[in-house]
Amino acid sequence: MKLKELHALMQDIEPFAQPKVQLEQYPTGADIASRMLYTIESMFNDIEGNIVVDLGTGTGMLAIGAALLGSPCVVALDVDADALQVAQDNCEQFEDPLPIDFVLCDVNQLQQQQRLQADTVIMNPPFGTKMKGADMAFLQAACSLGPKQIYSLNKSSTRSHIQKAALKELGCSSAEVLAELRYNLPATMRFHKQASVDIEVDLWRFELPAAAAAAGAAAVKKMKRMTNRMMLDLPGQR
Amino acid sequence: MKLLTHNFLQCHIKGVKNGYPLNIEAVKIEERDADFDPDFLRSMFKRIDWKAFLVGAQALGCAEGLPQAVSEEQLQDDGFLQKFHHALLEVCLEEGSLICPETGRRFPVVKGIPNMLLNEDEV
Repeated sequence: MKLKELHALMQDIEPFAQPKVQLEQYPTGADIASRMLYTIESMFNDIEGNIVVDLGTGTGMLAIGAALLGSPCVVALDVDADALQVAQDNCEQFEDPLPIDFVLCDVNQLQQQQRLQADTVIMNPPFGTKMKGADMAFLQAACSLGPKQIYSLNKSSTRSHIQKAALKELGCSSAEVLAELRYNLPATMRFHKQASVDIEVDLWRFELPAAAAAAGAAAVKKMKRMTNRMMLDLPGQR
Repeated sequence: MKLLTHNFLQCHIKGVKNGYPLNIEAVKIEERDADFDPDFLRSMFKRIDWKAFLVGAQALGCAEGLPQAVSEEQLQDDGFLQKFHHALLEVCLEEGSLICPETGRRFPVVKGIPNMLLNEDEV
């Protein structure tokens, strides 16, 4: 599937009806989500044929995109029942049933779900501005699912902190920023004073030890080429 | 919720030792088509807990033709794989409960979404 097609399919996915401040429910736009998933699939083939877990799925944007790109099984988790209802409705907009199961659960309680195992974890976690440490809690939960790789969007300002934690505390064998994106946040919360604001975010790829050997130097080279290309063509920079 | 997802979930209340597999009380079941992919099914067979899968399949009324133990030959047989595929990926629990085998704690399933949130005293 081409990026354009993916983007078109994802464009009608509804955002939160009433976003909750405490959960930092900022919508992942179709622009950024389709680019993120397209990058993951075209560079690393980590979606098609892979069991994908989406942490903090919200209204299902990343989960739906992963299903469209050929994951045969997506498990999408969120702590907010209202968001999951919207996500479920979003799924039903598609003619063919999508292979997604939503589960209402708390990411902080995920470590006790030892049987839930992913190949690939994708997430757009809270940035941790309202709930301090939420971003790291998500990364920790992602690692506990024993995946081969984790993809996450995080604030660029937290880059060095995340890298250190991933490699030194969470046992990741690699932590790379694949692309810097500009996340255009329209004002959705009452305390927002500007109509929209650009936030710089990193698209991270973390590998966990078992998979480290499999990722060859070729992928890294390809990645650098792609990163350069993506930088020139970002949704928020228009 | 599909039986594949059921296979991944357990009762995670603090102190519970035998929280798996969750029993299913089905109120409403739906069927949805899924792509038939023999290679994916074979790889999933290695990853799931077959006994737990059978418990779920019994509860959802799709256990017919699924043996207690699966042989190598069966994993190459389209007839078996079709039944496995149907029970694993196409039969969905829409309304009902998942029940912890140790404590009897019920996790409700509403509109296909299991509620695995724990109360404060359960964490």
